[in-house]
Amino acid sequence: MDESPPPDDPILTDDEERLLDELGIVGAARRRFLGYGIAGGVGLFALRLLASEGARAAAPTPAAIPASASGLEGAVRVVVKINGENRTLDLDPRTVLLDALRERLGLTGTKKGCDQGQCGACTVIVDGRRVLSCLTLAATLDGRSVTTIEGLAKGEELHPMQAAFIRHDAFQCGYCTPGQICSAVALLEEARRGDASHVTEDVSGAPRLTDDEIRERMSGNICRCGAYPGIVAAIQEVHSGKRAAKTWRFVEPEELARVRKEDNEAV
Amino acid sequence: MRPFRYVRASDVASAAHQVAANPAAKFLAGGTNILDLMKEDVERPNELVDLNRLDLTRIAAANGGVSIGALAKNADTANHPLIRKSYPLLTQAILAGASAQLRNMATNGGNLLQRTRCQYFYDTAMPCNKREPGTGCGAREGLNRMHAILGWSEKCVAVYPGDMANALYALEAVVRVRGPGGRERTIPIGDFHRLPGDTPERDNNLEHGELIVAIDLPKSGFAKNSYYLKVRDRASYAFALVAVAAALELEGGRVRQARVVLGGVAHKPWRSREAEAALADRPASEESFRRAADAALKDAKPLAHNAYKVELGKRAIVRALMRASRLA
Repeated sequence: MDESPPPDDPILTDDEERLLDELGIVGAARRRFLGYGIAGGVGLFALRLLASEGARAAAPTPAAIPASASGLEGAVRVVVKINGENRTLDLDPRTVLLDALRERLGLTGTKKGCDQGQCGACTVIVDGRRVLSCLTLAATLDGRSVTTIEGLAKGEELHPMQAAFIRHDAFQCGYCTPGQICSAVALLEEARRGDASHVTEDVSGAPRLTDDEIRERMSGNICRCGAYPGIVAAIQEVHSGKRAAKTWRFVEPEELARVRKEDNEAV
Repeated sequence: MRPFRYVRASDVASAAHQVAANPAAKFLAGGTNILDLMKEDVERPNELVDLNRLDLTRIAAANGGVSIGALAKNADTANHPLIRKSYPLLTQAILAGASAQLRNMATNGGNLLQRTRCQYFYDTAMPCNKREPGTGCGAREGLNRMHAILGWSEKCVAVYPGDMANALYALEAVVRVRGPGGRERTIPIGDFHRLPGDTPERDNNLEHGELIVAIDLPKSGFAKNSYYLKVRDRASYAFALVAVAAALELEGGRVRQARVVLGGVAHKPWRSREAEAALADRPASEESFRRAADAALKDAKPLAHNAYKVELGKRAIVRALMRASRLA
């Protein structure tokens, strides 16, 4: 089912060519980018997303933001390990982890959705466990260890869950995706431990991670675009270690022409 | 969010003392409810005393039962081998609530203290006797589909939103609390939460500054025949319309002892002694369960938009008892 051409011989549609030109990705960077993208079966929207995240990562935001707010009344000092690096922050006690990450540390991968614990977009991993950063007071995290979406990849190598999300088109707009991925990574650890869930028939034993189990365990991460089938497939793939069939592909020009013709006839 | 002073407590005594000394101070544990309410400007503490460094996270066998620490996380409690084996009802109830992320954050003590999700309580533009005593109840004549059908008063028709406490009540758990002077007392879970009466601003019978240190579960004979059923608007991650914690002790097809606690129907977990009496010393059968369900909802007084909860409650009781007795 995987009909993507090999990475060293990319064939792009006109739209894709134009998009890469617009993004200024040319020459060696373009070849590297395409190899990376196409190996993962990446679509047009994913290209756009990856490119903008890449551009943001390259911008010098964190250094531009002072890590300590001097003269802050009642400030609380915390030392938190963020993605493996100790960071010292003097914080207004009201600061939640989500805002500390985004506004103080320039780590904008973690997204603010509802900001009241109902959507899961802000999910990060604290000491190995998934939590909602919007309802975690940063002051409570002194000495703790936080992993955000930025901390999952090893250099250029994506975390298996990130790669699986791309392969299974497990997102559309991408806003909930960092939370979905952090949640999914922690979910696998919970399943490995044998944790039960609401849909576990017999809680005295360790459940098998069926699709129903994944759906229930991911119910704290809402996706407005409804990319759930891809999300479940991606998690199941990383869990089982077996490459699942890709359920999508680019449309062929003949198919597109046929659909357009049918549309015109319908009008 | 309004400004507040942040204090890290190093031991139970100083934490209790710190809060007791300031009427506007609150304890902070998992934060999943209080931070939300502070963002909404419903809770307005000027001081938060952080309990997260206190050593109250143990879950261990005690006095023939199990004692669970007030600061043990909901997720750890639900998945603890002792709880999964001897109190599966509690595991099921906890896992029926919230999401994995929230259960990783929320503590057992905090779970008992979660406040109602009544939308009039949350909306500071609306009247609410619980949030601001004397302003009236917006839900009494307003939208009350999610509200109480039992035990409500003209002052307040809100429901207690939790799941864990319903199972704890069926298991006759005891809440251990410690006051600022170091005084420890126990409160049976059934006496912990309050009906609204004329003082809906008080959710429970804790004194200001009293800290929950543990929840003790007595020895239980219900492990084989219990079931937590939660009925909600979607399959997961929603508050209960009606929930049932059902526990039976069976002997040769007859009910020796029964516990039936309803959630989502009152200002506190609602134990139906009527249903339990109707079940005791009778055969475990659908017919008997129906009689118990009728008895449980006999005195229900629905509001304008929640009459459905009466029939739903009865059917949920029958189904939970059928599952508990393994007849379905």
